[in-house]
Amino acid sequence: MSKQEHLDLASFRARLEHGDENRFWRSLEELSNDEAFDEFVKKEFPHESQTLGEGVDRRDFLKLMSASLALGGLTACTRPLQQILPYVRQPEDVIPGKPLFFATAMSLAGSSAGVLVESHLNRPTRIEGNPDHPSSMGATDAFMQASILSLYDPDRSQTVRYIGDPATYGDFLGALSQVLVQLRSKGGAGLRILTESINSPTLGNQFQTLLSQYPKAVWHQYEAAGRENVLEGTRLAFGAYVNPVYQFDKADVVVSLDGDFLTQGSGHLRYARDFMGRRKVRLDKQEMNRLYVVESMLTGTGSVADHRLPMRSADVESFARALAAQLGVSGGAPPSSSQADFVAAVARDLQAHRGKSIVVAGEHQPPVVHAIAFAINGALGNAGSTVYYTDPIEESPIPQTESMRQLAHDMETGAVEALIIIGGNPVFAAPADLNFAHGLERVPFRAHLSHYYDETSALCQWHVPRTHYLEEWSDARAHDGTVSIVQPLIAPLYGGRSAHELLGVMTGEANEAYEVLRGYWRSKLQSLDFEKSWRKALNDGVVAGSTLPVKAMAAGGTLPPPTQNPGGLELVFKSDPTIFDGRFANNAWLEELPHPMTKLTWDNAALVSPRTAAKLEMGTENYNGVSPLAEISYKGRTLQIPIWVVPGHADDSVTLHFGRGRTRAGNVGTAKGFNVYAIRTSDAPSLGFGAAFGNLKETRQLACTQLHQSIDVKTLRGERDIIRVGTIEQFRRDPSVVPETEENKVRSKETFYPPFKYEGYAWGMSIDTNLCTGCGGCVIACQSENNIPVVGKDQVIIGRAMHWLRIDHYYRGRPENPESYHIPILCMHCENAPCEPVCPVEATSHSPEGINEMTYNRCVGTKYCANNCPYKVRRFNWYSYSEYDIPGRQAIIKGESFKAMRNPNVTVRSRGVMEKCSYCVQRVNAARQEAEKGDRRIRDGEVVTACQSACPGEAIVFGDINDKTSRVAARKAQPANYGLLTELNTQPRTTYLPTLKNPNPEIKAG
Amino acid sequence: MDSPTPHADVAARVPDRFVPVPTLQPGHSFASITDQISSIVLKRKTSINWWIGLSLAFCLVLLMLYSISALLILGIGIWGINQPVAWGLDITNFVWWIGIGHAGTLISAILLLLKQKWRTSINRFAEAMTLFAVACAGLFPLLHVGRPYFAYWLMPYPNSMLLWPQFRSPLAWDVFAVSTYATVSFLFWFVGLIPDLATLRDRSRSIIWRKVYGTLAMGWRGSAKHWHRYETAYLLLAGLATPLVVSVHTVVSFDFATSVIPGWHTTFFPPYFVAGAIFSGFAMVLTLMIPVRKVFGLQDFVTMRHLENMAKVLLATGLIVAYAYSMEVFYAWYSTNTYEWYMIMNRMKGPYHLTYVFLIICNILTPQLLWVKRIRTTPIFLWIIAIVINIGMWLERFVIIVTSLHRDFLPSSWGMYYPTFWEWSLFIGTLGFFTFLLLLFIRFLPIISIFEMRTLLPEAEAHHEEAR
Amino acid sequence: MRPKYPTYGLMAEFDDVNALVGAANRCREEGYTVMDAFTPFPVEGLSEAVGFHHSKLPLIVLGGGIVGGFGGFFMQWYANVISYPLNIGGKPFNSWPAFIPITFETTVLCASFAAVLGMLALNGLPMPYHPVFHVPRFAFASRDQFFLLIESRDPKFDVDKTRDFLQSMKPIEVADVPW
Repeated sequence: MSKQEHLDLASFRARLEHGDENRFWRSLEELSNDEAFDEFVKKEFPHESQTLGEGVDRRDFLKLMSASLALGGLTACTRPLQQILPYVRQPEDVIPGKPLFFATAMSLAGSSAGVLVESHLNRPTRIEGNPDHPSSMGATDAFMQASILSLYDPDRSQTVRYIGDPATYGDFLGALSQVLVQLRSKGGAGLRILTESINSPTLGNQFQTLLSQYPKAVWHQYEAAGRENVLEGTRLAFGAYVNPVYQFDKADVVVSLDGDFLTQGSGHLRYARDFMGRRKVRLDKQEMNRLYVVESMLTGTGSVADHRLPMRSADVESFARALAAQLGVSGGAPPSSSQADFVAAVARDLQAHRGKSIVVAGEHQPPVVHAIAFAINGALGNAGSTVYYTDPIEESPIPQTESMRQLAHDMETGAVEALIIIGGNPVFAAPADLNFAHGLERVPFRAHLSHYYDETSALCQWHVPRTHYLEEWSDARAHDGTVSIVQPLIAPLYGGRSAHELLGVMTGEANEAYEVLRGYWRSKLQSLDFEKSWRKALNDGVVAGSTLPVKAMAAGGTLPPPTQNPGGLELVFKSDPTIFDGRFANNAWLEELPHPMTKLTWDNAALVSPRTAAKLEMGTENYNGVSPLAEISYKGRTLQIPIWVVPGHADDSVTLHFGRGRTRAGNVGTAKGFNVYAIRTSDAPSLGFGAAFGNLKETRQLACTQLHQSIDVKTLRGERDIIRVGTIEQFRRDPSVVPETEENKVRSKETFYPPFKYEGYAWGMSIDTNLCTGCGGCVIACQSENNIPVVGKDQVIIGRAMHWLRIDHYYRGRPENPESYHIPILCMHCENAPCEPVCPVEATSHSPEGINEMTYNRCVGTKYCANNCPYKVRRFNWYSYSEYDIPGRQAIIKGESFKAMRNPNVTVRSRGVMEKCSYCVQRVNAARQEAEKGDRRIRDGEVVTACQSACPGEAIVFGDINDKTSRVAARKAQPANYGLLTELNTQPRTTYLPTLKNPNPEIKAG
Repeated sequence: MDSPTPHADVAARVPDRFVPVPTLQPGHSFASITDQISSIVLKRKTSINWWIGLSLAFCLVLLMLYSISALLILGIGIWGINQPVAWGLDITNFVWWIGIGHAGTLISAILLLLKQKWRTSINRFAEAMTLFAVACAGLFPLLHVGRPYFAYWLMPYPNSMLLWPQFRSPLAWDVFAVSTYATVSFLFWFVGLIPDLATLRDRSRSIIWRKVYGTLAMGWRGSAKHWHRYETAYLLLAGLATPLVVSVHTVVSFDFATSVIPGWHTTFFPPYFVAGAIFSGFAMVLTLMIPVRKVFGLQDFVTMRHLENMAKVLLATGLIVAYAYSMEVFYAWYSTNTYEWYMIMNRMKGPYHLTYVFLIICNILTPQLLWVKRIRTTPIFLWIIAIVINIGMWLERFVIIVTSLHRDFLPSSWGMYYPTFWEWSLFIGTLGFFTFLLLLFIRFLPIISIFEMRTLLPEAEAHHEEAR
Repeated sequence: MRPKYPTYGLMAEFDDVNALVGAANRCREEGYTVMDAFTPFPVEGLSEAVGFHHSKLPLIVLGGGIVGGFGGFFMQWYANVISYPLNIGGKPFNSWPAFIPITFETTVLCASFAAVLGMLALNGLPMPYHPVFHVPRFAFASRDQFFLLIESRDPKFDVDKTRDFLQSMKPIEVADVPW
């Protein structure tokens, strides 16, 4: 009733006349933009406002859609209010079916990588890497790919809350200003702001302004999985915070001290690109770099290593010091006898490559190890050639754990009067011993700006929804300091506010992020025509000349004495490889993305070596994902977590991934996995000793996509010829590395029938397993491109994961320290596809260009094709995984908003239908249209599959194998090129190049 | 062994133990045969046991319908099948039922061509059994597809998609083979019924039933010309059905043989499957015939001779099956193929090894008891052995399908398969459905071919002399 | 058409196969041509005795088989080569070996239908009405009695002479079969 009164269609039409027709709106009232109405509803009917706040459930959505159509054919998608620029060309008008690409950047833990966002009718649908961006080079990782899912996540906070009840932003600003007025009088004493690591120059600038207004205010920063150790390391080594940047393309020898630089941390995409560039072994390029890795838990980097030495993370320091000693770095120490030979060999190798080597330490290693690494690089003359230093990319870096400790202390003592938490989730992620939650509740005024109404929000009086990076204006520094302008792709779906707006309000300056940003850059960009350079920056995705200058740093400070290293069992705390520090817990794609090494999904576990598992009396294997539940007692706290045995893990070491076990993550992420933060303390954030294990004599069923049989590829009758590996030496002797057996040569060719002729295009793919770290970026890229559903833990357990592309992981050798190999498996598009002749309804058939195509609408679901596929790459919709308004099991990714995210060029599959990799046929056809318009053939590299575009190592290459000049044809021409199970005469179009190792002859294998 | 000629002199010359038990106990006349058999159908009041049996069976039918509804509403995900085991109990049951169906047509057709007179008293029953078994079998391929409401797309018919079935697919072959088999079996069974329907028409005292049987008998008069054409048609049908029987299970075996999966991709599956089918078919006939014979006092018509002959068939086909099993292992070893060998080892030692062990016990060891005449001629022993064999044949299909699929080429995609309640309930349900139909048949149609029994009488044959 | 005679024919009942066969032969020797015999089970040689020699049925079945066979193969060939050629697993459009099973099945199917329908058609079944059922004792024709019928259409038929002739063969009774 009241609605009608307030429904002001006149003003609404007026707005339409003002060319506002694309503004996103949820109800006529909102559109008529009657503040009074908002107030009214929120005060009178909190529940109603809540349902308004809850936003689009299906019925509302349909109602609103019809209303919107009725009211002048509005689209459900939205164009931001400010003008943004497409990557490729200015759109005269948005052409339906023609995606536009916009450049922006995604920040994670204080470092960013540039992305191109595919936008259909102003609806962002997909993330691609920005080839012009130094940290991306066109590649993307799983986090970047999956961020699109978070954008549309209906569990994101959708309304300002005061003590849990819906409120308005106006209310919040009112309350805030009151508090600020008081504090200002006291010079800001008692005002605290807690943020994550900030790599946005503009935001940093705003903070400086704020701190100048409130001199006594304190700006705290905390990243649970940040680069604190690295920065502290630089301060240890150079006496000042600097940002190390590595140039792996120039390094012949790389030593990683428990580091995973290829798949994690600042700039890892660029590092992987550069590093793998040195491992593309071809007939015309027969040398490769060499990688030594010492680490506790097997990582992507470790599985690429030519020599991998498992050791407790705590022992890495002594290893580093031994290495340093060998290289004549002060503060070194003699090696332990067991490692002497290895250390000596590595040292000699490094010496032989002075200025062409890199020693890099893992982010979770204590600062001293980083300092040692810097010192070694210095001693080897790498600094300046393969490693260089710049000012930190973070705005005003600080010792974060210390600052957190101080904040916690001040809160307890009541010194904090107002705490503004911008981003982050300290209640969940702060060190357990700081008892952050308890202190927080003693703060009189506490507000939280965050994407979700999470653990922290629940303990704050005020919660303000935060904009997703695809919804906001901002800027961000990359690993080398290059700045990208973050431009919004869509107006805030759920009415969030950005950090810039909040600070704008607090400083009393412009509160439009757009203005703040332009204001800052107008002052920075010393160019005659600001608009021109601004547009160029938006267009390119990088601000020209913003890369930080190289600083000449001499390793000055002497190393501190060796930290005493208590023997025995150590705990290693690391961020979760798929949901990071917990911020992605509600992202179903990442929850279901198999852990690159253990292939666990939806869960985390205490990872131990077989020997340690036996020692802890926790069994030595996990049969079908059933694993024993342990209780870890550590520093007076306990954690119950299942034990998972990982071959190649260091003995006496337990790896714990923190980030899971959320209590307020959302419908997807809540109560998934086990909360490791519960025992992570500020005095030992990454390495801890003195843990006691109790076997609770219970088990937990974990969802693992590749059970432990994967280890025994050997059978009673010789080895399965599944993945081919060799050494660079073998390659030099015989470029085919593993020659085909005579039998296979015949078997894989002979056929009763004349082979099919493929004139025109013949699409094919080549995957160089030598360049694969198993990071899983391609898996999510495929999922995002092809609207692949998420099935949930229970379905993964019974073997129904839907990923079209999976990365098989094989071990070889002794379980203590096996070699570890990754091989991405997708549809092989066999020319003699076994799946096709068995389909009784012609639902799967071959295109004239050799793509094995699924006709979803024709499929009746006999599943015969899946049975008869020797590669088992076909996936079946056992339930309605994508549709959720029909009976049966509910879909995991629920919410109408997700429909806007789906790729409009790929059918959403219904229940009872088979699906599989299609070589991104929609991209092939898009390219074909372009080519035919120009009356030309599709150029090589014009079609890039989703997995290929994501891969930082350029392991995947796709193209026309009829075109002998194409990259894929060149790869397939390599003698080492091989196909899987070719003896079945399937004649796969997807072929592989073997994994090569470059072992140091001085070191005995193993 | 032809049926015994009743000449006394012959009997005198041969020691008793060599005189086979007759296929029809002496002392019967046309009238007595007719009346005794038709009385099962025509007698007024239905026995309470029949009602009990029927209602029990009906409960299971309800269970089946429940299971099917759940499947259609909730989706095939309620079953335990997955990647890599996309076929489980569904296809296992399909093959099992089809196999059972084989005895019927085989007994009626092949034994007819071989002039095995002893078939006459069991063929009608066996044919009915075939029909019902095929009905149950047909359910599974229909329901196991992801979108059962589109299953008709496997039929060739003009459609707006301008698409045809993919005739290279063994599943398309199945559609034709099974539907043809069902149709021809029905025709064979019905043609055999016509003269007896006429008998029932003439014997029945109730107006309604006379009308019903009269309509079904289509005005059969037993005229000499009718009989002449009738026999020609019946013989031709038998001649057509015989290769058909063989073809059906051959085609079913192609579902596996034409694939590339180790444990499926084997050239000798067709004979292996056909033998297995006959094996299980005869086992099922015994399982059913022995109690029926007892309950309805048909010992005169289904004599020990029948049981023993069927036991011998069991023994023979059982040995063929045993040979097939050993060949499977031999091929795997002789091929020197990694995957084949692992498949066999995995069957014997893998997670499902128990099914393989029981398979051997049920299908190879148990039938060896039939070497003993005492056991062959003791209905209760026969009955138990028959049931054991039925179980064994079910296990055989389970082993072939599941253990081959769950660990094939790439260890990374190995998996396990555990059937769910819904799969079991559907299977149990079809057992009830089968019994249900069988009970109806017993009550309303003559379970033994009356007119053929008449021909077994000496009076029926004595005319030879005069005729020539 | 309703012949001039008041009856459909005369029917003699015997309780023994040999008597029937003998009688039938006698009648044929006597010169009767339009007659029929009814028995509870097929009696070898009886149809010849009543002057019926060979049936066209086998030819019909053969025809059915041929139609089914060629039809079945043609359907598959047409579908895969003419109507909608598709590259299925690199196999040729006309992969005839794969078409054999279905061809076989259609052959058997059509042949079987030809056999059954042919038999019924030739026997003039279904036939809701037939005069012989007017004879009360004819019900035993499906139990244990044997009947011989001489139709009035027979040129040699004469109600009295024929009845006497039939009586002369000591049947249980000779019945008049009304229209």
